[in-house]
Order: sequence, then C-alpha cells, then structure tokens
Amino acid sequence: MYRYDSYDQSIVNARVEEFRDQVQRRLTGALTEDQFKPLRLMNGLYLQLHAYMLRVAIPYGTLSGKQMRKLGEIAAKYDKGYGHFTTRQNLQYNWIKLADAPDILAELATVEMHAIQTSGNCIRNISSDQYAGVSADEVADPRPWAELLRQWSSFHPEFTYLPRKFKICVIASDDDRAAMRLHDIGLKLVERDGVIGAEVYAGGGMGRTPMVAPLIRDFVPEEEIVSYLEACLRVYNRYGRRDNKYKARIKILVHEIGVEDYKRQVEEEFAHMRTLGLNPPVEELARIRAFFANPAYEAGASEDIDRADPAFALWVDRQVAAHKQPGYAIVNISLKPLTGIPGDASAEQIDLVASLAEQYSLDELRVTHAQNLVLPHVKKADLYAIWQKLEEAGLAEANLDLITDIIACPGLDYCALANARSIPLAQKIAQRFADAERQAELGELKLKISGCINACGHHHAGHIGILGVDRKGVENFQLLLGGSGAEDASLGQITGPGFSEDGVVDAIEKVTDIYLAERTSGERFLDTYRRIGMKPFKEAIYG
Amino acid sequence: MVEFLSFRDGEAGQEPAVTVESFTGQSNATAVRIEPGEDARELLPHLDRLSLVEVNFPAYGDGRGYSAARILRESGYQGELRAVGDVLVDQINAMRRCGFDSFHPAKPLDDAAVERALTRYDDVYQKAIDGRQPVWAKRHPEKIHG
Repeated sequence: MYRYDSYDQSIVNARVEEFRDQVQRRLTGALTEDQFKPLRLMNGLYLQLHAYMLRVAIPYGTLSGKQMRKLGEIAAKYDKGYGHFTTRQNLQYNWIKLADAPDILAELATVEMHAIQTSGNCIRNISSDQYAGVSADEVADPRPWAELLRQWSSFHPEFTYLPRKFKICVIASDDDRAAMRLHDIGLKLVERDGVIGAEVYAGGGMGRTPMVAPLIRDFVPEEEIVSYLEACLRVYNRYGRRDNKYKARIKILVHEIGVEDYKRQVEEEFAHMRTLGLNPPVEELARIRAFFANPAYEAGASEDIDRADPAFALWVDRQVAAHKQPGYAIVNISLKPLTGIPGDASAEQIDLVASLAEQYSLDELRVTHAQNLVLPHVKKADLYAIWQKLEEAGLAEANLDLITDIIACPGLDYCALANARSIPLAQKIAQRFADAERQAELGELKLKISGCINACGHHHAGHIGILGVDRKGVENFQLLLGGSGAEDASLGQITGPGFSEDGVVDAIEKVTDIYLAERTSGERFLDTYRRIGMKPFKEAIYG
Repeated sequence: MVEFLSFRDGEAGQEPAVTVESFTGQSNATAVRIEPGEDARELLPHLDRLSLVEVNFPAYGDGRGYSAARILRESGYQGELRAVGDVLVDQINAMRRCGFDSFHPAKPLDDAAVERALTRYDDVYQKAIDGRQPVWAKRHPEKIHG
C-alpha cells in the first residue's frame, strides 16, 4: 500500500488547518453560508436534510487495517455509530456536527486520509478495480497510476472550478469491475510492445443523460498520462457548458461537439502540453509502484478448503474469488444483509473488518463500487475462521452479484436532492427474494436503485434498475431493464409507466419469472434480456 | 482590507482594457479584457504589444479564466495578468499558480487572510506557471535540470 512521505503528510495537514480556519470563520459569522458553501464542498461536507454529511476519500478503494479502524472510531465518536460506503468507494458519515468536522479531518490525517475533493466541481477521488493487484488477468496493478493521478489532481490550480464534477477511473483487466466506461474519463491499462500505457475513454456518466464513454485514444504511454489528461481537462474546462448544470458534464460536451471533434481538440492541446514539462519523471511512477509490490505471501500455502459445514460452503461458492497467488483467495464481504441498509456498516462491524484485515489479509482491504468490502489476501486455510467471525457480526450474507446485492443511494431518508426513498424499497426487494435457493436460481442479477434522476444508485447500469421519481407528491418508481456497468457496458431501457413501491416489487418478480421461463442454458438475466428483448417482459408486467 | 493587489514590480497598468473583439480589430490598444467564453488564443499573435490582460470572473465558480491565464503564460506573455470580478481570498493561491500577478476583486480582501492563503501550503503536486517545484521534482532532484 502507498504510504505518505513528509510532502504528502504536510499537504494534508495544511488542509486540515485551512479548513479549521474556514469553519471557525463560519461559526463566528465572518462567513455567510453562501460564502462558506464552496469552501466546505471542496472538503466533502454537505448540508443534508437533517445534518451535515461528511464524505471521506478512500483513494482507489484501498485501506489498511489501521485506516479502517479509524473510520470505525470516527463513526462511534462523531456519528450515530455508522458509516456508509458509497458507489465511488468512499465513506460517508450522515450525522456530523459542523464544529466537529475539523477534528474529524485531523483524526483522518493521522492515518494518511482526507476528504479533499470528495465534492465540488473538481476532479474527485480516483476509483479503481477492487481486485487490483490480486486478479490474475490484469496487465499491471492500476493503483500506482491511480495514486499518481490522486496527487496530480489534488489542489490542481487550473481544474478546481470545472463546469461540473469530474470522475476518473483506472482499471487494468478485461473484466471491468469498476464501471470504468461510466466515468468522465476511464483509463484501461494495456500493454503494447512491452510498454504499459492506457486506453482512454471520455464522456461517460449516469445522471439524467446517461452515456457510455467512447474510446478517444488507444494508447497513452505511462510517462505522458499527466499531460494527456491536462489536455482532456483543459478542453473540457474551456468548452464544457456552464449555462445549465444538468448539461455541464463532459459527456454533454463530447456528445454535442462529437467525439471526433473532441479528440481533435484534445490532440491539439496535447501537442502543446507535452512541451511544457508537466509529466513527473518515470522514476516517480516507479517510486509509487514499489509501494504496491506483492505483500509477503506464504509459499506453499494449502489449497484445501474444508467444506464440511454447508452454510460455509455456500458462502465460499458465492463470496470467494480466485487469487493470483496459489493457496490464497479474495474474500468479498457483503454489506447487503437482507434487512439492512445497502452499504452501511456499524462502528463495531468496521472495527471487526479492520481486525480481520490485519490478522488474515496482510493488513489490507478494499471497498467496491457495489458498496461491499473485500479482504484481498486471504489464505484458503483461514477462510473458515473468517466466515465464523463474519457470521457472528452479521456480515456473512452470501449474495455477491445476486438480486439482493442491491446498490442503492441514500435516497429521501437522507439526501436533500432525492424524490423517493431508496432504502425501504431495497429492503422490500431483499425480503421478497430472501430465499437463498431462489436467489441462486436467478444467478447474477445486478439490481440498482436511485432515489432521483441524478442516478447515484447507478440505476442506468443495473441489469434491473429502479428510478424513484416524484409524481404529484407521491413516490413513483420507474423500472429499467438491460443496463450493465461491466465490460459489456450498456444503458437500461425504461419498461413503461412507473409503479408504487409495492407495485415495483411485484413487477420485478414478474420480470424474473419471464427470465426463468425463457432462459437457455448458462444464460444470465442480462443475456436473456439481450436475446429476447423488452417485449416479453413488458407484456408480463403490463399485460 | 485591500482593493487592489499586485505582485509585480513597478506601476500597475492604468489603461482601460478593451474587449477582445475591439482589441484584435485595432492596433493601438495595449490593454485587453477577456470574458469567460472568449478564446485567449486570439491574443497570441499580439502578445508583444500587450501590457495588461484582465481576465474577468463574473462568478467565482466559473473557472474558464484559469485556463485563459495559463494559456497566455505558456505562450510567453510577460505583461500584467489581472484577475477581476468575483475573486475570493480562497482562490488567490490557485490564481497565482496559473500566472495571475495582480488582482482587482469586486469586494476588498482581508490582507492577513491573503497572506495566510498564499503561505498555507509549503508544497504543490503539479508543475504550473509560478515556477514552484512540484513534489515529484523534489523527490527526484537528479532528474530535474534547470
């Protein structure tokens, strides 16, 4: 894992003091809320329905045990004992007092964490693949690139007042576990003639105008990635729309001027940028890369897993993924208990996972964009002990990528923008499909719920997506089918008129019935939908 | 409180700045004012006769002027580069980094707050216009020439 040097630490410490000063000016009335707003937003502090919400950056979703433990301590000390993991691999506290925010940032700084640029119209936290460094199919670990870009984007003097927020994702596998093409810029590391570089995709995103990002360059060598991104961002900063916040994301610019014209402008700017000496030397990426070298795996670790306990065996089959190192496994920890809030973890659960990471996962864990956690380096011999501890803590749900592994935004229970409640609906769906055999029968089925058109719950990318809207003061839920955030990225289509909360659960059940009736051997829900189209589903729902 | 802030030696430019359109259409003006949405590159053929460029920020959240400033400096403009309009103390540091060397904010700034903002961060992560060595250069001094 990356560790701060004195430069990184001094920058983060300076930020804490700057924010303390700003909060002090607000508390004494020297700053009005209007003047304070842009300052707090640069630090991930939102004023929500009931309280301040603080969003903490978890760069590329990687944490040490110590960092995780600190997140649990903060949840216990300053929040109501919970943290909420988000679709951007961050963590949100929903019940923060303004006066406490500087102290929280100071505590985070002691474990090399911060909330810099977790909101505002700037470059946000860089996201990545939760299996980075441990999956066998990647061309290189994408996290050194993500860390290089974290540093480059932090307090970038030119790109802090962009037309709108800007999200970057870096992956390095053909399997896209991070919804890369639904980011403002997605980078996919590739190898060409023995050199690592990136394919660059630009103009993806969700919100009210969802788009899958097109490829704008098939190779940028690693030593020029910073100047290339400077070019991409400059064209966006200069020409992205500022007259309408709903048309201000880069996807609209790329769409309106056309991908060819955007590419041409970026190439012109890049030709200029590459002469300015903006790129760190290759030694800097090498320095960062050294932090992500393989941890000390035990040679000859046993491949055996004792599957005598059937509940454990079920969990292994669902939650454990293949690791590149013999004798090791990747453990997915579900934050989707059937009666819980998707992505929520209590302070005690956070603390337990921190301990598990330290004891069993070489002091490392990951957060996924699907709002789950990962222990990336687990010896197969330790799986049973881990499962028992997770079971005791209510964290042993075996539902990875199944219909109850629901992504949901906080919705109207917390969010000032929402039109509808997402969490109670997620719980109703989980209850309806609670039966483990039924879930397994349905197989991979990614269900995603957003409580408003801003699409924080990624409903466009759900195999089944749900969008909550307000219809004359009543919550109404639209149903979408056929989206995907994976390597086969696609956008879901709306089935037709919306439903009540109970009505949409019934409609989902009808949709799954059609799938079970129509599927051919080996087909996932998404495959069947793509083969037979919307019509049979529509007839079943509205017929 | 300060109404005008300059980091240049000597007198600040006094000539009224004309619009980009009238500047490029006439030959005697030496001061020009760029509005958001105007292309700073239109000025590049005329840099040698410019002594003052004002970049207007009608609203602090419109960041186009940061790119305009950098483009002018990257192209060799040495004259006064002034940020005017909705310029806030918490933006002065980034503006300095993009090449602005004078400020005429719509609302006066607190001197002490400006001083704090400019000295808050000992280190920066990017190479910009202000000549500060980014952290990556300090980490690899053997790789940096000149």
